[in-house]
Amino acid sequence: MKHRTFFWFFLPTGLAMLLFIAMPIVSVVTQSLFTPHEAVLVTVETCTPFSCAQETTIDQEATAALREQSPMGRFVGFDIYTDRGHLAFSEVAQAWHSSDSFGEFLKQLNNLPFYRAMGFTIVFVFVVTPLVIAMGLLIALAVNTVNARLKGIVIFFSLLPFVITPLIGALVLFWMIDSRGIIGTALQWMAGDPSLSLKASTGLMWISLMIYGVWHAAPFAFVIFYAGLQTLPMDQIEAAQIDGASRLQRLRYVIIPHLMPLVTFVALIQLMDNFRVFEPIVGFNASAHATSLSWAIFNDLGGETRQLSSAAATSVITILGVALLLSPVLVRTWRDYKGKV
Amino acid sequence: MSSRANKMPIALRIVASLFVVTWVLMAAFPFVWTFWGSFKVELDFFSIADWTNALTGPRTQETYGSTFTGAGYHGAWVEEEFMRNVINTFIVCFFVVCTSLTFGTLGGYALSRSGYQYTFWLLIAALIFRAMPPITLVAGYMLPFFEWNLWGILPTTIIVLVAINQPFTLWMLHSFFQNIPKELDESAKVDGCTQFQAFRHVIIPVMWPGVITTGLFSFLLAYNDFAVTSMLLSEGNRTMVPQIAAFLGTTYTEGNIMFAVAAVVSATAPLFVLVMVFQRQIVSGLTAGAVKG
Repeated sequence: MKHRTFFWFFLPTGLAMLLFIAMPIVSVVTQSLFTPHEAVLVTVETCTPFSCAQETTIDQEATAALREQSPMGRFVGFDIYTDRGHLAFSEVAQAWHSSDSFGEFLKQLNNLPFYRAMGFTIVFVFVVTPLVIAMGLLIALAVNTVNARLKGIVIFFSLLPFVITPLIGALVLFWMIDSRGIIGTALQWMAGDPSLSLKASTGLMWISLMIYGVWHAAPFAFVIFYAGLQTLPMDQIEAAQIDGASRLQRLRYVIIPHLMPLVTFVALIQLMDNFRVFEPIVGFNASAHATSLSWAIFNDLGGETRQLSSAAATSVITILGVALLLSPVLVRTWRDYKGKV
Repeated sequence: MSSRANKMPIALRIVASLFVVTWVLMAAFPFVWTFWGSFKVELDFFSIADWTNALTGPRTQETYGSTFTGAGYHGAWVEEEFMRNVINTFIVCFFVVCTSLTFGTLGGYALSRSGYQYTFWLLIAALIFRAMPPITLVAGYMLPFFEWNLWGILPTTIIVLVAINQPFTLWMLHSFFQNIPKELDESAKVDGCTQFQAFRHVIIPVMWPGVITTGLFSFLLAYNDFAVTSMLLSEGNRTMVPQIAAFLGTTYTEGNIMFAVAAVVSATAPLFVLVMVFQRQIVSGLTAGAVKG
């Protein structure tokens, strides 16, 4: 295809991505270097016949004019990145020096909003992703053994948690684990503690969020692994069996290696998707116990005071995190591509 | 499947079947439960006294004279005018799907037919864009949209969702078009067609399976989005999902939580139908991505 033709074909999609993905990234980066103007203060001396009093007021007009003149705010460089709401260098240094043990240090770190969000995001990513893969594989192996006529129905129900709107899925589960909901009541009965409430405990809330994560994503892994199982090399399995391999050994040495490329694929998609964990925190109303990077951005942007600069700084750090997470894949793709050319 | 390798001991077969049943219950039960409960009053659905109240609904009987009530639906659809949000959602979804498929087919086709190195870099850029959480971009939209008075209206949200959707659409359709033999459009070009004519007369007639599959995922993205729609739409223009989130803020205090439950069930229904009708396409779309992976 000629460059010219390619250009015209690619123009609409390229323009959309340039204007609404690439430009906003630039905009976010710049935004994160500026902070809103402080109000312009004026001091007026008002004298009565008896005394004079100085009064400091906000000069609304001048403030508005300044904001009008440069809507981005004033340039502060990397100050927003290092303030208490983000990387909090001075607080971290202080925590490092004042704490006796590493655990103590982590505890202090957990009081800083950014590290709290970062902590949950990372734990969520690295707990949920392997569990999703394991769960998906187990379901796929089990479904592969059931009656062929039932498979359609099983796949139909399995897809529901996956296609459901994340916020709605989270709400549906949340209403069930509510202390007055069915699972909440069941847990109270099992634990023999009528005051047990998932909403009150940070640990239980984290577990609930992760269970939601697995419930939501396992169908995705299942469908992909199930498709992979349909293309199993039968001759290899039979050969393994003739050589005396047990069922478990065949799973370990034939089936899993066969599915390995799919496992990598699912892991990659899950890393990206779990890193943006956000809706369950809103749905579970869990922000008192767990926050994520996406939630922190959302929280800054919402509400009456839209803290654009703070949100922008968190966004930039998040994008860098994603890039870091994705870098092994990019390097591999690049090598493959080099090899092909 | 008659080979000896697939004969399973009976115990293993039972364990596997039990596991499948458990999983299906895990996947489906929450929806069934919420659907059933949406016809009850709050004191039954969230029963302190006895969990079976949610099944039998004695309080609902007391209040409305029947164990089922449409009060939650009445509250959501009539009092809170949920209809408006439903219409907004379908406007957004319709235009997002149409636009992103138009853009995506053109772009994906071009990427699959051009052998130059820049196609690789464009695909890599798309992969990186796909990996970024959409909410990170929202801070960048806010200021320009406020400045130019674009904030809060549906067209802005539609074009933003289209753009966010493009990387995925491009990847899907790129791999789909690569499976359509190049000889097809090459021969049309030999016969004197321009590239666009070849695309129009030769490729378009055979591309629908791939386009429908991609369209389903575009629809899901637009329908399920919460981060972008809740930030970019004004109160009057909200789609369903941000409206449900807004219900939560007010209903927990006003005691109208059943409105939210009814709204949630209403918003789930279209997805249910979608999976029922397009199950095969969804499965094939998911696996197509993986096989290329």
